[in-house]
Amino acid sequence: MELDINKVRDELLGAAPKKLARKRAEQIVVNKPSEDGSTPEIKANVRTTPGAITQRGCTYAGCKGVVIGPTRDILSITHGPIGCGFYSWLTRRNQTRPATDDDANYITYCLSTDMQDEQIVFGGEKKLRAAIEEAYALFKPKAIAIFSTCPVGLIGDDVHAVAKDMKEKLGINVFGFSCEGYKGVSQSAGHHIANNQLFRHVVGTNETPRPEKFKINLLGEYNIGGDAFVLEELFERCGVTLVSTFSGNSTYDAFANSHMADLNCVMCHRSINYVAEMMEKKFGIPWMKVNFIGAEGTAKSLRRIAEYFGDAELTARVEEVISEEMTEVLRTQFEVRARCEGKTAMLFVGGSRAHHYQMLFSEIGIKTVAAGYEFAHRDDYEGRRVLPTIKVDADSRNIEELEVEVDATRYRPRKGPGELVQLEAANIEFKDYVGMMSEMEEGALVVDDIYHYETERLIQELKPDIFCAGIKEKFAVQKAGIPCKQLHSYDYGGPYAGFQGAVNFYKEIDRMVNTRVLKYARAPWQESSASAEAEAVAV
Amino acid sequence: MLLRHTSADVMERSALTINPAKTCQPIGAMYAALGVHNCLPHSHGSQGCCSYHRSTLTRHYKEPVMAATSSFTEGAAVFGGQANLLAAISNIFALYNPDVIAIHTTCLSETIGDDMVQVIAKAKSEGKVPEGKHVIHANTPSYVGSHVTGFANMTKALVKYFAETSGHRNRQVNILPGWVEPSDMRELRRLARVMGVHVNMYPDTSDVLDAPHTGEHEFFPRGGSTVAEIRHSGDAMSTLALGPFASEPAARALEEKCEVPAEVLDLPIGLLATDRFIDGLRHRAGVRVPAPITDDRGRLVDLISDMHQYFYRKRVALFGDPDQLAPLAEFLVTMDMRPVYIVTGTPGKRFETRIRDLVADAVPEVQVRQGAQADMFLLHQWIKREGVDLLIGNSYGKYIARDENIPFVRFGFPILDRVGHSYFPNVGYAGAMRLAEKILNAFMDRQDREAKEEAFELTM
Repeated sequence: MELDINKVRDELLGAAPKKLARKRAEQIVVNKPSEDGSTPEIKANVRTTPGAITQRGCTYAGCKGVVIGPTRDILSITHGPIGCGFYSWLTRRNQTRPATDDDANYITYCLSTDMQDEQIVFGGEKKLRAAIEEAYALFKPKAIAIFSTCPVGLIGDDVHAVAKDMKEKLGINVFGFSCEGYKGVSQSAGHHIANNQLFRHVVGTNETPRPEKFKINLLGEYNIGGDAFVLEELFERCGVTLVSTFSGNSTYDAFANSHMADLNCVMCHRSINYVAEMMEKKFGIPWMKVNFIGAEGTAKSLRRIAEYFGDAELTARVEEVISEEMTEVLRTQFEVRARCEGKTAMLFVGGSRAHHYQMLFSEIGIKTVAAGYEFAHRDDYEGRRVLPTIKVDADSRNIEELEVEVDATRYRPRKGPGELVQLEAANIEFKDYVGMMSEMEEGALVVDDIYHYETERLIQELKPDIFCAGIKEKFAVQKAGIPCKQLHSYDYGGPYAGFQGAVNFYKEIDRMVNTRVLKYARAPWQESSASAEAEAVAV
Repeated sequence: MLLRHTSADVMERSALTINPAKTCQPIGAMYAALGVHNCLPHSHGSQGCCSYHRSTLTRHYKEPVMAATSSFTEGAAVFGGQANLLAAISNIFALYNPDVIAIHTTCLSETIGDDMVQVIAKAKSEGKVPEGKHVIHANTPSYVGSHVTGFANMTKALVKYFAETSGHRNRQVNILPGWVEPSDMRELRRLARVMGVHVNMYPDTSDVLDAPHTGEHEFFPRGGSTVAEIRHSGDAMSTLALGPFASEPAARALEEKCEVPAEVLDLPIGLLATDRFIDGLRHRAGVRVPAPITDDRGRLVDLISDMHQYFYRKRVALFGDPDQLAPLAEFLVTMDMRPVYIVTGTPGKRFETRIRDLVADAVPEVQVRQGAQADMFLLHQWIKREGVDLLIGNSYGKYIARDENIPFVRFGFPILDRVGHSYFPNVGYAGAMRLAEKILNAFMDRQDREAKEEAFELTM
């Protein structure tokens, strides 16, 4: 197997011009995890080669589209030409559920300054101010966020100064994001920028005490297809209080109050680890990596949360919930496994999903033969252990690192050093993420920022039974006769998180890998051209 | 309520666009370039532009949409995108081997001022463009016009780069189809074939964005107008440009460059606009209209007259693109419906004039707006002030339709939540019948759903 996969790797590299092949050689790696959890090194979070056809988007997409977009009561205004606002309008399926019909919900609105050439020449700040005032007059929101698009940085509009003025004038929170599309090398820079500004302008601004016993935040869960709803319900049944989710089904007030939680649980490490780190430094809230994708991961994550709080009653409730849920999970697993066992998958998506969803596949006997991230960093592949060795290049240096200090009055370590050591001894890792590669099999192929020509060759060579990616890849893969599951939008299905989500996903994959329609690609008269010709001659 | 913050009190805005009835130029340029055979569209800007355009087109067509990007980083934004574009051109030819790379610019590269003519010349002089291959460009700043402008600019670029005069006029009529669906382009070709007219049509996305499933992915599907065809359009005897916003600039450029006389028509949507198209083709090519086409027309008139009671005096709100909205509004009037509210985000005063010419006699109360603040938020506010019986527009209209409980017909771009638009045309008499059928179904489904039990009708 290993020999074959090395040949496949050579094939991919051989398809590129020499210079590009040299670059890709560092981004296409055959996995070989060691006993100690270390893995081969992979290059990631580097520039995409122009013209190569990438899956990646931009910083604006990562900031507005991913992190802030799901929050229903922050009024988002895109400062720029109309396109960026238009394309990020309702396209990410962030479900949200206001408590009452009177609560604010701006998710269905797309607001833009619709910048024209006049602003490009003379500056856009005046129009931005006017737009904010008009938006306030119409919507009366408690907070307004301004997102900068490419030309804004070039013409030198100071969105932060405008935000500051408007904050004073309107008496609501107004903050800006310098998330111009050209910053960084992918959406990832936008996540970081969003994290910074959320932390600087919102987190910790609401001091309402939370009396509950077991309070957590869920970080990096965006409620695609209702995932966050499933988890909210799960926590409630276990007796765990969710103070805030960053940022699926979220509200401004919950962010502002999130420093009252006693534990941060990180789902998508790539997009939100910055907030977790900063909240720990400033407020003393520990964070741990969790994974609610897959029944096993869900059970493990719930148990870890219970262990963290060290409460017998909580532990008992968690075990009760797990055993209640596992009945259906195991029944469906058993049923679906019979039709899926031994099949293979490839996942090229996101900053965490390509890792998390491997668990779901393995639960129904599907093996992941190749995977990679669209916009992750080395730590998402190799684990946070490599953080000190990551070279910061010019593109990353341009993204602000907030200097965070201990909050003089509000810093409160949730666990003493002794307790943390004890928990760590019981296998609860804090501030850690082991990365994707240590949990992938030896001989699996890992490809960072996969290019389209590589996708086509990989499919030809390895012929997976299912391919997971996004909308841009979906139909090219399916035209080649291989079902493609979108893991950004879930193909408008879901939820896939938690136990119920796992059941949904097993059934969905069963449907896809066993579909009849892909067998009908050829007409009867196309089946064998040689015999058809012979027949024609005979007639 | 999904749009719970929209009220009936219209406040004049000068700076804020809310729920736009348009998007930006580059996506139109990308769509037009996909209608050229063996052509890879290339977005000269940040990665996000290309990703957004590909995603939106893919959601609309459920088909692969291949395009490349210059992948600007901060360095490129400061120092200019030439190095990125030169690298992109080399890589694209090496990796994907298209006949044509069709570059469109973005707000970023336009603000920097990257000179496409100069970069393309440099690429050629450095040997980055293989023999027989082409690199063309259109300037498509996102802060001017709309997605329709981008389509028009790329179509015009096809003329500028490729159209030539050999000195011999041929018997062909050029058709610039405008921004219509692959199904519409296929139907336009069919109509011309039935009439015995040799047409040269570009761009043509049929067999590109409605490619059959064969078990193999063709990176360049078999459709699209070839470079040779576009080149020969300079020898045609005349040009029919369909849709003034999308097609007139290219038609005028061809007139100027190759002296091919052009006639600009509305898109052939609905009865009368299709009449003008068929008649235009008849005159240009000097042919007679064969009976099957006149029969199709007759069937359309028959359908409308049979079901007239359901159309009569129904108030309709429309949003979308100017080239579509004008003939659509005219068609509604043909059926004795009342298009009362019409908005397009695409700027252009002549749109308002055209709508008034077509509609105002029959519907003096028509409210029409174009430009930045002519958005779906305003349209919704008008609807809240005085309701309508039907809403027609792209998928974003479903939020208004649900909140206000209005029958909704999807029409325009993008349609993200239904299929059919890439397979079944809206143009021609057949297309008009499909539109009329959809409108009827929307009314009748509602009637069936909401009628009292005693008034539930078997025959309608």
